[in-house]
Amino acid sequence: MNLAIECQQLTKTYPSRPPVEAVRGLDLTVRGGECYGLLGPNGAGKTTTIEILEGLLAPTSGMVRVLGREWGKLDDEIRQRIGVSLQETRLSEKLSIRESVVLFRSFYRDGLDPDDVIRRLSLQDKADARVGKLSGGQKQRLAVACALVGDPELLFLDEPTTGLDPQSRRELWEIIRSFKSQGRTVLLTTHYMEEAEKLCDRVGIVDQGRKIAEGSPAELMASLGSDHFVEFTLANSFDNFGREEKRGGIGQGLAGEPANTCSPAESPPPRGLQQFRSLPSVRSVAMVEGRIQLSVVEPHVVLPALMELIAARRWGLTSLTTRHASLDDVFVALAGHRMNESDAA
Amino acid sequence: MTSNRSARYSPLVQLILARCREFYREPEAVFWSYGFPLLMATALGFAFRNKPAEQFAVDLLDATATDPIVARLIEDKRFKVQLSDETESRRRLRTGVTDLVVSLRRDNDSLRFDYLFDPTRPASLVARNAADDALQRAAGRQDVAGASDQHYEEPGGRYIDFLVPGLIGMSLMGGGLWGVGFVTVDMRIRKVLKRFLATPMKKHQFLAGLMASRLLFLIPEVVTLLLFTRFVFGVRNHGSLFAVIVLILIGASAFAGLGLLVASRAKTIEAVSGLMNLVMLPMWIASGIFFESSRFPDEVQPVIKALPLTQLINALRAVMLEGHAITSQWPNIVGLVLWGVVSSVIALRWFRWS
Repeated sequence: MNLAIECQQLTKTYPSRPPVEAVRGLDLTVRGGECYGLLGPNGAGKTTTIEILEGLLAPTSGMVRVLGREWGKLDDEIRQRIGVSLQETRLSEKLSIRESVVLFRSFYRDGLDPDDVIRRLSLQDKADARVGKLSGGQKQRLAVACALVGDPELLFLDEPTTGLDPQSRRELWEIIRSFKSQGRTVLLTTHYMEEAEKLCDRVGIVDQGRKIAEGSPAELMASLGSDHFVEFTLANSFDNFGREEKRGGIGQGLAGEPANTCSPAESPPPRGLQQFRSLPSVRSVAMVEGRIQLSVVEPHVVLPALMELIAARRWGLTSLTTRHASLDDVFVALAGHRMNESDAA
Repeated sequence: MTSNRSARYSPLVQLILARCREFYREPEAVFWSYGFPLLMATALGFAFRNKPAEQFAVDLLDATATDPIVARLIEDKRFKVQLSDETESRRRLRTGVTDLVVSLRRDNDSLRFDYLFDPTRPASLVARNAADDALQRAAGRQDVAGASDQHYEEPGGRYIDFLVPGLIGMSLMGGGLWGVGFVTVDMRIRKVLKRFLATPMKKHQFLAGLMASRLLFLIPEVVTLLLFTRFVFGVRNHGSLFAVIVLILIGASAFAGLGLLVASRAKTIEAVSGLMNLVMLPMWIASGIFFESSRFPDEVQPVIKALPLTQLINALRAVMLEGHAITSQWPNIVGLVLWGVVSSVIALRWFRWS
C-alpha cells in the first residue's frame, strides 16, 4: 500500500524549565489518497506533530517518513511535492492575491497556473486586491491557494478553518474535498469535531501528546456502543445522584451503588441513576453538567419507557433532548474530559 | 507539465519584485528613506553655509563707548560688542552667548587687556586672537612686516561638500540596517519566513533577494541626494563617477549584510531595534558623518578606521572631494568587502527561520 506519511514513536520535548513534552510517542500512518484528521484540544500537540511532519521542526526522537523519504536528505524533493498551510501565517498585506500566489508558484519546479488556482478558490474577483483588505475567510483561502499552487500530492493544513464563519468554513471544506477527489492526500489538524466528521476518512484523536484513538468517524462513534444520547433534567434535583459518575463514564456503565443522600419529600428515586440503566436500549448512564445522560441504541424504544417511569414516580421533567453521538462524545469517553476544558488550561 | 523556466517563475525575480512592491506601497518608508537625507542636507547646508565673515560676540568690562579704543572695536564688523558687568558676562560666557570677555585697565599711562575665555571652544580661541590683534592696533601697535589676505572659496572645500559623502554613508547604513534587518524580523514575526521554509525556496535566494532589492532602493536614494545638493548647493563630484558608484554598491552590500546579521535571530521588533541602535550608534558618532573622524584621540583611531561607515565615508571623500583614484582606496574597499562577506556568512549560518 502506498503510504503518504509514516511516523513511529515520535516525541518532541521543548527544552524549558520544566521541559515541555509536546509529543510523547506518537505513531501515525496516512495512506495515499485519504484525508486524515488530527483531532484534539489546544495544546494536545497537533501543531508540533504536523510541523515535524512538514520538516519545519526536528523531532526529539522517532522516525518520520513523508512520501517515502526521511527529512534531512534531499529535503527539496519532499518540499516540491507537499503543500503547507500553517496556523496564523500573515502574508504581506501590501501584495495582491495574484502577486502572492505567483510568488509561491515561483518556488516550485512544476506547478499550476496561478490564475487557475485563484479561480479554483473563487478568489478571481479579488485577484488584484491587496491582502490587507481581505476578510478572514478570503485570507484563509489565499493561504490554501499558496499551498496548492505547487500542485502538491500531499497537503498539510493546520487548523484551516479556525476562526472562520460557517459559510467560509463550508467553502473551504468543498475545496479540500475537491483536492482529495483527485486522489491526493490531506493531513489536517482541527479542534472542530464537525470538521473531522464531515471531511476526514480517518481521524486520530490526540490528547496530551498521545494518540488515544484512531479510526473512521463512524468507527469511532460506533466504539461508544450507541449512536444516540437522551439527555434530561428533573425538577426534584438529581444533583446528589451520582457524584462518582460526574466524570462521565460512558461505556463503563455505573460502578457500584451511588451514594444517594437526597431525600426529597415526594418520591425520592430509590436507587439513584442505576434505575435508568435497566430501561430498554440503554447502554450507560451518566451525570453530565447537571443533566442525566443516557447513551442509547434506539431512542424510540427508550423514550416511551422513560416517560412512563418519570410519570409513575411523579418526577417533574424539566427538559429533554435527544441527539446523535458526535466525535465530541468519543473524546469525552476516551480522554475523560471535554475538549474545551483543555482550552482553558 | 507546464513550462516554468520563464522570468515569471524565477524565485529571485519574484522575491525582489515582492520586496519592491512592499516598499513602494508603504509611503512612510519611502519618505524616511528618501526625504530624510534631503531634509538633513538642507538644514545642515544652510546652518553651515559660508558666511561673509564670522562674527564674534565680545563682552567688554570696565569700558565706555566713548573710549577711542572701544569705539574702534565697536566699528570693527568682525565683532559684536556688548558693554557689560562681570557677573553678567561670566553668565553669558558660560551659556555660550558670548565668545570672549575683555576687561580694559588704564593705570596712568599703562594700558592692559585681560581676556577671559574657554580655550576648548574654537570660536573663543579665535575671538581672543582677533580681538587682541584689533585692540593692540587700536592702541597704536605698528605691524613690522606687510601682509595680505586672499580668500579661497572653491566649491569642494565648503562644509556642505564635506557633508554630502557623510550623508550618503549615513543613508546607506540606515537603509541597509533598517531596510534589511527590520523587514526580516517583521517577516519572522508574521511567520512568513517559516512559511517560505516549507516551500522548496532556496535560502540563499531569499537572502540574495533581500540584498538585491536593497541595492535597487538605494539608487533613487543616492541619486536624489546627489542631484539635490548639486542644484541647491552646487556640490560636485571631483573624482570619477564610476568610482563613486562602485563604492556605494560595496558599501550598501556591507550594510545589508550587517542588517541581516543583526536580524538573524531577533524575534521581536524591540530586540532588533535595540541591536540596530547598538550597532549604529558608535558609527553615528565616530565615523565622521558630520566632522572629521581624525579628531578622536590617536588611541581609538585603529578601532574607528575598522568601522565600515568610516571606511565608506573616507573612501567617498577621497574620491569625491580630492579626486583620488578608486585604487588608492583599496584598504577601505577590502575592509568593506570583508564586513559584507563575513556578516552575510555568519547571518546565513545563524539565521532563524521561525
